[in-house]
Amino acid sequence: MINELFFMNGYAVYVLSAFSFTLISFLGLYLITKIQFVREQNKFVAKFGSLTTRQANSAKSQRINKEILANATNN
Amino acid sequence: MFKLFEPNKIFKITSKAPKYVLFLFIIVLSIGLVEALVLSPEDYKQSDAVRIMYVHVPAAWISLGIFSSITFLSISGFVFRNKNFFLISKSLAPSGFVFNIIALVTGSIWGKPTWGTWWAWDARITSMLILALFYAMYLIAWRVYNEEERVYKISTFITILGIINVPIIKYSVDWWNTLHQPASINILSKTSIHSSMLYPLLIMTAAFALFSLLIFLMKYNTELIKIKNKGLDRL
Repeated sequence: MINELFFMNGYAVYVLSAFSFTLISFLGLYLITKIQFVREQNKFVAKFGSLTTRQANSAKSQRINKEILANATNN
Repeated sequence: MFKLFEPNKIFKITSKAPKYVLFLFIIVLSIGLVEALVLSPEDYKQSDAVRIMYVHVPAAWISLGIFSSITFLSISGFVFRNKNFFLISKSLAPSGFVFNIIALVTGSIWGKPTWGTWWAWDARITSMLILALFYAMYLIAWRVYNEEERVYKISTFITILGIINVPIIKYSVDWWNTLHQPASINILSKTSIHSSMLYPLLIMTAAFALFSLLIFLMKYNTELIKIKNKGLDRL
């Protein structure tokens, strides 16, 4: 069974390289997207931390800002 | 109706959804890989080389589907004067582009054992390469132009030009003599592929669709936070 999987009638090199390329592309895209997301989230938290109390209260009046902060602390 | 889908209202869902989609994706992909690499039969003509179909075909379908969606959403953005449509389009593009590249590379790998060449300037392959160029232009437009209205216009123009290529890709195998085989799966007529190969193909397509949903959600959330970051600057 394992031999069949790694030989595939002589086509394993083509089949496994096609699957590997696909999975590596998936992993690469996932990591790049995740890094971009975390970077923006951290930037938001840093900016929020530098706001005055009045500005922070005004920003918190928007539900989405509160959600972003809550998600950042949960992660 | 569009107010229901305003970013401020749906962020609670879009920010929580990725972890569930990732979990589901891993499960469906695992089942798909076992089906595609182990359980599905070899082809009587192509032998085990046919297994490349399980990554090549779903990648091609999804890249075409995403480009069509981007075009539809970009045009709708202008018709309904809704910025969220542009944001959704922008967030869909990276996974569409990667799927397009996967379709080209796996097609090239499949070409070597079946046609005896890595590449041919065949109608189907060339039109898929052109689609990748349109994806690249679309993504570059968003990076190059900062002015909102301008990037909306240019990116929509690119998608309108690019969408002309989509039916050419679909019908290229019927209109020209190509190395590429005609479609085996038809929604309107009888499908010529056996169920033992069709089911793994559909499972892999579901896995790829879940992956593009995952990337879309992560990218969409990133774009929303970017907008909110600019909002904090204005306070």
